[in-house]
Amino acid sequence: MVEPPVFTPVNLITGFLGAGKTTLLNRMLASPDLADTAVLINEFGEVGLDHELIERVDENTVLLQSGCLCCTIRGELADAIKALHSRRERREVPAYRRLLIESTGLADPLPILSTIAAEPALRHHYRLGVVVTAVDAVNGAAQLDAQPESRKQAAVADRLVITKTDLAEPGDVEALVARLRALNPAAPVRYAVAPDLDPAALLGHDLFDIDSKAREVTLWFDEALREAGHHHHHRHDPNRHGDDIRAFALSFEAPLDWTAFGLWLSMLLHRHGEAILRVKGLLNLAGEAAPVAVHAVQQLVHAPTHLPRWPSPDRRSRLVFIVKGLDEGLVRRSLAAFVRS
Amino acid sequence: MCALCGVLGGKDHWTEPLQREGVYVRAADPAARRRERALRIKRANAMLGLFGLTLADWQAEAYLLSTRTGKTEVVADLAALWPAAEKLAGRPLDPLDPEALARAERLHG
Repeated sequence: MVEPPVFTPVNLITGFLGAGKTTLLNRMLASPDLADTAVLINEFGEVGLDHELIERVDENTVLLQSGCLCCTIRGELADAIKALHSRRERREVPAYRRLLIESTGLADPLPILSTIAAEPALRHHYRLGVVVTAVDAVNGAAQLDAQPESRKQAAVADRLVITKTDLAEPGDVEALVARLRALNPAAPVRYAVAPDLDPAALLGHDLFDIDSKAREVTLWFDEALREAGHHHHHRHDPNRHGDDIRAFALSFEAPLDWTAFGLWLSMLLHRHGEAILRVKGLLNLAGEAAPVAVHAVQQLVHAPTHLPRWPSPDRRSRLVFIVKGLDEGLVRRSLAAFVRS
Repeated sequence: MCALCGVLGGKDHWTEPLQREGVYVRAADPAARRRERALRIKRANAMLGLFGLTLADWQAEAYLLSTRTGKTEVVADLAALWPAAEKLAGRPLDPLDPEALARAERLHG
C-alpha cells in the first residue's frame, strides 16, 4: 500500500456560484496523476449535483452538512478532515496523498485556509496546498463587479482557471483576464477548455513540492512582472470596480535581515492583515546562499521554504502584495525603514 | 474568534516553524536558537523603541514587554507580541503610520 505523505496537502477549489467548479473538479479527479485524492465538498446551493457527480470518489468523500463553509462551521471542516484522517490511519480508506475541498460559491476562502493552518490537530499532518479559483468567462466580470466574495476568491488564488470560454465573446474573455491579472498578477491563468490543460499540474508544483518549488516561485514573479509591463502600456485601471483590491511588486537589491523581516511582517499583518489578501516573496537573506520563499494569506503565513538554489541570475529580493486599500508607497518605505540587512 | 492571530497556532509561529523537509528553520540547534533569540530581542527593540516599549528575555522561555513607566507583560512568542504591545502602549502600533515611519527613517537612515 502507498504510504501517505508526512504532511498531506489540502487544496481548495473555489469560484462563484455556477463558475464550473464541479466540472473542473471532475476533470481533475479523472486524471490518473490525482488518483490518490480525497475530496470534501459542502452542499450549499449546488446540492445534489455535486453529490451525484462526486459519487465515484464516494469512499473518500465527506459531505459537510452545514452549508456555507465559514467561521461558524470551521469546527465541522476540521472534524471532517480529522474523521477522514482516522479512517486513513485505520486503513478503512485508501491512503490518499492529497485532500481537495470544493467550497461553496458564496464562501470566503480565508476561514477554510486558516482552519488547516491553525487547527492544532491538523497542522501536524496536513498543510496548505494550492487555491484554484474557477471564474466563469460569461458571468465572471459581473460577479467581480457585484460580489466582494468573488473578488476575494480571485485575489487569494494560486491558479485562476477561466471556464466556459467557449460560450463567451473573445473580447470579453480578454477583458476578464486583464481584470484578473490586475487583481492577482502572481497566479497563472489557465483555461478549462484548453486541450492541453494539465489538471494534475493545477494541484502540483506548490511551494512544498521540493522538486518543483523553484518553478512555482518563478511563476509568481514571471506573471507579476509581465502584468506590471502590461499595465504600464495599457493603463488598465484595476480599481474601477470598487473595493480597491490591487497588486504591487517590490524588489530590494541588498540582502534582507530575516529576523527583522519576520518582526516587520508580523507587525504589518497584525495591524493590516485584513487588508492584505496575499503576500508572496522570494527573499535574498543576509548569510544565506539560496533564497527563501514566504507566502501569506491575510494574517496566515505559511512556513517559509528554502529553495535549493536561485531560479535565475536575478538575486534581488522580490515581494508581491495583493492588498485592499493599502498604499504601495507606505509599504515600500516601511519595509526599507524597518528591515535592514 | 479569528484564529489568524496565531493564538490557536500554538508555539510554532511562522518565524519558528516545525522542522520538516524544505522548510526554512533559522535556528536548528540550541546554540543557534539562543543566538536567534538574542538577535530577535535586539531587532524587536529597534522597532518597539519607536513606540516607547522595550523587550527583554524571560528565562529563555518567553519575553518581558515593558513600557517606560514600568507596565510589564509576559509574552510567549511573536504571535503574542504585537497584540500585547498595542495593549500596553494603549494605541495601534502601525508600521505604515507616517510619523512612525519618519521616526524609523531618522533613527535608522
